[in-house]
Amino acid sequence: MQFSSQRLADVVVAVPAGQIDHPNAERLEQALAPILDATSMGSSALVLDFSRVEYISSMGLRVLLMAAKQLRAQNARIAVAALQPVVKEIFGIARFNHVLEVFPDVRAALAQLSEEALAAYDARAT
Amino acid sequence: MRRIRFWGTRGSLPVALTASGVREKLIKALRAASGRTFASDDALHAFVDGLGLPVSGSYGGHTSCVEIETGGPEYVLCDLGTGVRPFGQKAMARHGPASPQTYHVFMSHVHWDHIMGFPFFTPAYIAGNRIRIYGGHAMLEEAFRRQQAAPSFPVDFAALSADIEFVHLEPGRQYDIAGLQVRLMLQRHSGDSYGYRFTGGDRTVIYTTDSEHKLEDPAETASYVDFFRDADVVIFDAMFSLSDAISVKADWGHSSNIVGVELCQLAAARQLCLFHHEPIHGDDAIARVLTETRRYEEITRTGKPLLVTAAYDGLEIEL
Repeated sequence: MQFSSQRLADVVVAVPAGQIDHPNAERLEQALAPILDATSMGSSALVLDFSRVEYISSMGLRVLLMAAKQLRAQNARIAVAALQPVVKEIFGIARFNHVLEVFPDVRAALAQLSEEALAAYDARAT
Repeated sequence: MRRIRFWGTRGSLPVALTASGVREKLIKALRAASGRTFASDDALHAFVDGLGLPVSGSYGGHTSCVEIETGGPEYVLCDLGTGVRPFGQKAMARHGPASPQTYHVFMSHVHWDHIMGFPFFTPAYIAGNRIRIYGGHAMLEEAFRRQQAAPSFPVDFAALSADIEFVHLEPGRQYDIAGLQVRLMLQRHSGDSYGYRFTGGDRTVIYTTDSEHKLEDPAETASYVDFFRDADVVIFDAMFSLSDAISVKADWGHSSNIVGVELCQLAAARQLCLFHHEPIHGDDAIARVLTETRRYEEITRTGKPLLVTAAYDGLEIEL
């Protein structure tokens, strides 16, 4: 699994890629750990861009839920964007669409979370 | 082992099909039959079969009770939820009161829904019958005696005429009982529960209910995978969705369909049978969970297909 992240104003956009199976779930957890301290990071939200995630197992979903719990305790938000069709199915089967905010793409997520981050995203896009 | 027969499949609390539920099924069936004619009873039955269980029947409402037919003369059951009442009636109808039988019962644990059928188990009231109740809990006998003590029930346990014995089992050991090799495993549940691995001939059945499989600890996961290894059927507590099991209902002691698929795939089991259905789920909801679980198995399949079924009261699985 590969992982990168970038800051857009007060939002961190994280981009995991590949299969988030049981072994890779731990790698995702480690990669997210520094980002989840929202207060010290000065961020108000995390967007997980899942456009390059091909599969996620129960352990991967558990990592997402633990991340959400940690961020919400700091009054920060978490959203998942751009699910591939199979991952979208898994979210539905696991009922994760009930416990995490899911958006069709990163821009739609930013539009809900932060005007500043949306402006930064649009500025990069142009 | 010849077959598994499900007498009670509901989790936590018995549920009943209501008048409005029957009416909904009738309306769906009549709508599906609109304009059709049926030349024979066989054609009618074939049509009803094609409607699917949520319309033509029901997953049922009795709490946990599963029969394993060994091919031998003695009965083997798992748990004594309300499903044991119809089981007992059928056994009585078959043998009558003058033909003593032996019943071996393996208890996952002694929470209410898993013992509440026993006071209504007719063979327990008839002298000559032998009932052996096995489990890993130290308070096994106490739990059964307490539920029939005043003021909870009008007939005290001491009034039962059958020869009833409680047998303590320990994880890590193998027992030979009723022609089966039996192992048990401690599970994560409030007050503990035990899963069972039954092997008879070349067939293996796992009964694992009221067990929260977190998969967080690789060593713990590996021990469950080893316990399930190459099983023909895994009867699995899939009461919650994964999101509920790891969020609002974490540590409630139950598992999900998704974790059931993953554990069975790791163990190379042949069939996953969803069990201990959520009592607030109607037939359509359980059928939807079954469809989704089959799809998840398809998405995640890397080797041989895992057959996925959902238990219902009356289901028989040939081994």
